[in-house]
Amino acid sequence: MQGTVTQPHVSSGGNIRRGITRARIVGTIGIIVATLLIFAITSRVGADKVSVLNIPQPGAPQNQPLFRIPLPTVATVVVIQGLLGVAGLYVALRQPLRWIAAYVSAVIGFAFFTILLWAVAGSSVDLVDVLARVVRLATPITLGALAGLICERSGVVNIGIEGTMLFSAAFGYIAAILTGNTWLGVLAALLTGCLVSALHALLSVNFKVDQIISGTVINLLAVGVTGYLRGGFISPYEQSSGATLTAQALPGLPIPGLAQIPVIGPILFNHQPITYLMLILVFVINLLLFRTVWGLRTRAVGEQPKAADTVGIPVNRLRFWNVVASGLISGLAGAWFSLESTFRFDDVMTSGRGFIALAAMIFGKWTPLGAFGGALLFSSADALQIKIQGFNFGLPRQFLQMLPYLVTLVVLAGIIGRARPPAAVGKPYEKG
Amino acid sequence: MAVQVDVPLAPTRRHRAAALFRAALVPALAILTALVIGAIIIWFSAPSNRGTRLEVVVAAYRGLFAGAFGSRVAIANTLVEATPYILAGLAVTVAFKCGLFNIGAEGQLFMGALASTTVGFTITGLPAIIHLPLALIAGAVAAGLWGAIPGYLRARTGAHEVITTIMFNFIAFRLVDYFIVSGPLRDRRASLPRTPFIQANAQLPRFVGPLEPANLTGGQEYRPLIVTTDPGWNIRLHLGFLIALLAVWIIWWLLNRTTTGFEIRTVGANPEAARYAGMSITKNFVLTMALSGALAGLAGAGQALGLERNMKSLFSSGYGFDSIAIALLARSNPIAIIPAAIFWGALNTGKGEMQALTGISSDLIRIIQALVIMFVAADQIVRWIFRIRQAHGEQMVFSRGWGK
Amino acid sequence: MSAQQPPALEVRNITKRFPGVLANDGISFTLEKGEIHAFLGENGAGKSTLMNILYGLYAPDEGEILINGRPVTIRNSADAIALGLGMVHQEYALVDTLTVAENIMLGTEIVSGPLLDERRANQRISQLSREYGLQVPPDALVQDLPVGVQQRVEILKALYRNAEILILDEPTAVLTPQEAEDLFRVMRSLVARGKSIIFISHKLKEVLSIADRITVLRRGRVVGTALPHESTDRTLAVMMVGRSVVLTVDKDESQPGEVVLDVSNLVVLDDRQQVAVDGVSLQVRAGEVLGIAGVQGNGQTELVDAINGLRPVVDGRVCIAEQETTTAAPRHISELGVAYIPEDRKGTGLVLAYPIADNLVLSTYYRSPFARGMRILANTIEEQARKLVKEFDIRTPSIWTTAGSLSGGNQQKIIVAREFSRPIKLLVASQPTRGIDVGSIEFIHRSIIQQRDDGVAVLVVSAELDEVLALSDRIAVMYKGKILAVLPQPEATRERLGLLMAGITDEHPSEEKVNGSTG
Repeated sequence: MQGTVTQPHVSSGGNIRRGITRARIVGTIGIIVATLLIFAITSRVGADKVSVLNIPQPGAPQNQPLFRIPLPTVATVVVIQGLLGVAGLYVALRQPLRWIAAYVSAVIGFAFFTILLWAVAGSSVDLVDVLARVVRLATPITLGALAGLICERSGVVNIGIEGTMLFSAAFGYIAAILTGNTWLGVLAALLTGCLVSALHALLSVNFKVDQIISGTVINLLAVGVTGYLRGGFISPYEQSSGATLTAQALPGLPIPGLAQIPVIGPILFNHQPITYLMLILVFVINLLLFRTVWGLRTRAVGEQPKAADTVGIPVNRLRFWNVVASGLISGLAGAWFSLESTFRFDDVMTSGRGFIALAAMIFGKWTPLGAFGGALLFSSADALQIKIQGFNFGLPRQFLQMLPYLVTLVVLAGIIGRARPPAAVGKPYEKG
Repeated sequence: MAVQVDVPLAPTRRHRAAALFRAALVPALAILTALVIGAIIIWFSAPSNRGTRLEVVVAAYRGLFAGAFGSRVAIANTLVEATPYILAGLAVTVAFKCGLFNIGAEGQLFMGALASTTVGFTITGLPAIIHLPLALIAGAVAAGLWGAIPGYLRARTGAHEVITTIMFNFIAFRLVDYFIVSGPLRDRRASLPRTPFIQANAQLPRFVGPLEPANLTGGQEYRPLIVTTDPGWNIRLHLGFLIALLAVWIIWWLLNRTTTGFEIRTVGANPEAARYAGMSITKNFVLTMALSGALAGLAGAGQALGLERNMKSLFSSGYGFDSIAIALLARSNPIAIIPAAIFWGALNTGKGEMQALTGISSDLIRIIQALVIMFVAADQIVRWIFRIRQAHGEQMVFSRGWGK
Repeated sequence: MSAQQPPALEVRNITKRFPGVLANDGISFTLEKGEIHAFLGENGAGKSTLMNILYGLYAPDEGEILINGRPVTIRNSADAIALGLGMVHQEYALVDTLTVAENIMLGTEIVSGPLLDERRANQRISQLSREYGLQVPPDALVQDLPVGVQQRVEILKALYRNAEILILDEPTAVLTPQEAEDLFRVMRSLVARGKSIIFISHKLKEVLSIADRITVLRRGRVVGTALPHESTDRTLAVMMVGRSVVLTVDKDESQPGEVVLDVSNLVVLDDRQQVAVDGVSLQVRAGEVLGIAGVQGNGQTELVDAINGLRPVVDGRVCIAEQETTTAAPRHISELGVAYIPEDRKGTGLVLAYPIADNLVLSTYYRSPFARGMRILANTIEEQARKLVKEFDIRTPSIWTTAGSLSGGNQQKIIVAREFSRPIKLLVASQPTRGIDVGSIEFIHRSIIQQRDDGVAVLVVSAELDEVLALSDRIAVMYKGKILAVLPQPEATRERLGLLMAGITDEHPSEEKVNGSTG
């Protein structure tokens, strides 16, 4: 008996495949990016320029950092991008499939780092502040990704997360200005999320509408309804009550003691409530999904609903309630927009974060921890873009604003071939 | 094996009529349901100084109708409004046929308008017979390429077009913003960020109306096909409307009478079978998305060359997004796009009159439109309300998961 | 069995109608404790419907079910489980991405506090494993297990839920003859411990060897009940089909000509990027049928896909009609004169939403006379459809009927008609008669042999040994991506093929070596 299939024609490192493969494209893009960045840096930045990265002492004034890391801009970039270029060559030639995702992440991450160094050439930047911002901005993306993965793990595509967030942001804000209590606003946002998700569940699980169409309907509804609310209610109310609005954004809650730890403190322990909740939810949902009865059943229903049905698990009921529960998380993300990061409501203020969240979910292979990683990748694009707008810097603002969307494209195109979604995702379940 | 009882026989005229009725029934009922719910909202939000609640409801819908169809100018405005909807709705429909969901029509529309405008004002001295087609083609090609990329990514990497086209939307908005606000295409003499006006020879001329004086249009004199000073004929309907109708016919013909259309539909109905039958999924995805993008681009070009004559940073008012609704309302039938788009245009055109007559905020129309979308997409709800049996036949499925 | 003990299961007068079909028509039977009761019938005879009713997946329109003498209502599978019924479906109801233990406890989880208790679950499973001789690795992912082991997981799932009555739906369909023997051993040990088994099959020999009683179904009705020692496969076959079955296809000696298909050292990956075809070489000549036997999932699908250009070749060569087609596009290959009857009729072979007429030109729509330039000529397509529907006896009310509303046999005839309607040199047929009625099977078999006699090279892949034996002039056996042997039809006995299908070689030195000359 042959216990294992021998693979005489296939090298152990991976399959050498012909034609235009993902690995070759990814490797080539990596090389191009590295070359472009090296070219840009050497032509636009003087060789004597130094970029200083500051690590501040929490509580101490800005000009007394804990560490001060001066990096010669051009040399650092040339070394880093040079190495990435070589790695790109390796990826293109040897096609190590399992390293493609890591390579894509490295290209993106170090491209950000390079842009940061470029922007602060001849000046300094607070590195910890950048990282804390990355975590903060990852909040809606992570929450959206968690909501998405609860749905998808049970077999329902939810591209309506963007719209759900927008609904929640609007109704949360309305509740907050009406009651004068931001926490009641958060509660309203959670409820709104549930209701909107329940609509998606009703359409896609019960009425078996195509899930992508159902999600799109929610997104279109959200833009219409919240636009109506802002024009017809929020703006007039704000004007009539003038400065008498009593509620304000959720407060910052530095955790005593922990927040004082250098580096880690500001990054992890000096945030507003929803950000903390996001960090906790990542681990809680990871535990729920992989270690509890609910998680086991959810995974089964999303992968092979028939198998779950034959052992008496009510497939559609579980899907319905999972989608509704995901609305709580989307609702929390919505609250982040209008009640935590700022205290106002703008038209279409979610600006695609719900979709980027889905990309983060795919990036993380439908696991909570992975999705958090993906969210950090996207939010660093955001954070970078915001952070370096202050520096007078060669790239126009609009191109920096494109970064999160470009990164999403690169990640989706570069990685998705390796990721396998839950097998039953998108398929309504019918008995028999 | 279940045997179907009522099988369609050869498609005779009578059967076609019956099929048409069946196809139109659910969208019509969806619209009806949305209007009834709209009436209920008006009922409850009716201002007290305008008569009884019932009178307000009647006045609101009468105003809506009069605003959209009550006069020659109103009808013309409705058709003007419908023009981009026809083209963009067609764009979404073509993608639907290939099993692709193009949410990127809005971005493609921006790219098309940008390219057309650029060709329209940078090149001078060409006769209209060359300049206008050139500007239109520029818009279609630019938007076609913009649309083709997500098609290629979907086919070759599995990146789902629903997400990638949305990302391309955001990128397009930023790109247009760059060119118009801080970039090279801004008209430095204008206080608000916009491009210069296009050459008169690049315009999509209005059919009838007065000359537009040069002092309002940055030195260009835009001449309608028939010049008149009669205020009753001062209408904005332009050649773009005919182009849109022509596009409907071409797309219908392409989809139903050509090998290309057969391939597109087969890939959409069953990609596995299409591959087995020797069709290239990649080719058809790229081709379809390019075609879809080009149509959306034409919608943008029409707005830029026929109405605005320049491009501002806030250019479209969501024509690309609403086009999804129109495609759904038309059940992805190219011909049905025309009534669906006119309906949508009528709602947009008539809402001002409705507000003027009743004091009901014209934003209410957005809610009604949202409800229409919901009932059309979730036709099961309408079927359930009105107890209509589900018909057999082609059903589009988009949720094939994010992988291949 | 004592007389006063009620039967474990009794079914009285079960009737179930589907639109246009009477799937079960007044079926009654009993299942005694400790009995293996076989249900024999063709595809579509109503076996699966009956079992799905027992398991609560369908509600019967009439009739009643008694368990241990008490009438019961089974509304869903949870009810069935609670009543001590356990079912092993034809397509396993397992979640590939979960472990064996997770699959077994799914729905009846063992927990400690809020968390799953995998340790205790594993204990319970190993205890059951030992008791019934069903060895499984509890921590392995189901997707990594061979089919035979997956089946054990299914049986354990039922036992874990304390099933007293086991329903095994076509359990041997995907097993090698040796694995099937293993299963029969387990079945005997189960009934020895007081369990009762309903065993569904359409394979006469198996049923005769394992069952205590045999009930034969035909067109939704019970034709009769037989005892194995009083029956032969002939008598059962007559009961099953209603007439003598044609087990062989009439055909003359083959007249092999030029090599049309030449595959050498082919390596192809499956969807999971694992090697599925591992250095296969074979040749098919004009005017002969090469059959590929083997248990499903040993690389046959990938081999056939690669020959037709639907799956990339990692290594090796494919030549068709003296042209290399290793990297050719499917369209190019089809234009060389290759016809392909794919194994997945509904998913690959047809566009179910299209009318028959369109399906009949699915691979020729772009050519004369069906198109001129880019214009499609509807009239010639219609003419072609009318002609083929008549010629291939496709039973349909109209050529505009959608393919999806036809029966499996008629759907398969559409594919055959389409593929045979143009001049071909090579025919690749994968599972050409799976799940269709006997009349259509005979028709398709005759059509294939007709093609052979017209000088077409034919490659037939089938999981049905009988089909391979009936059609082939030479038979290759595929196992784990390799071709273990190619035997001339007269030398290919069921026993020899069975051993080869299980991967056991080197018993017969007379075997023709794969890479050696074939003529």
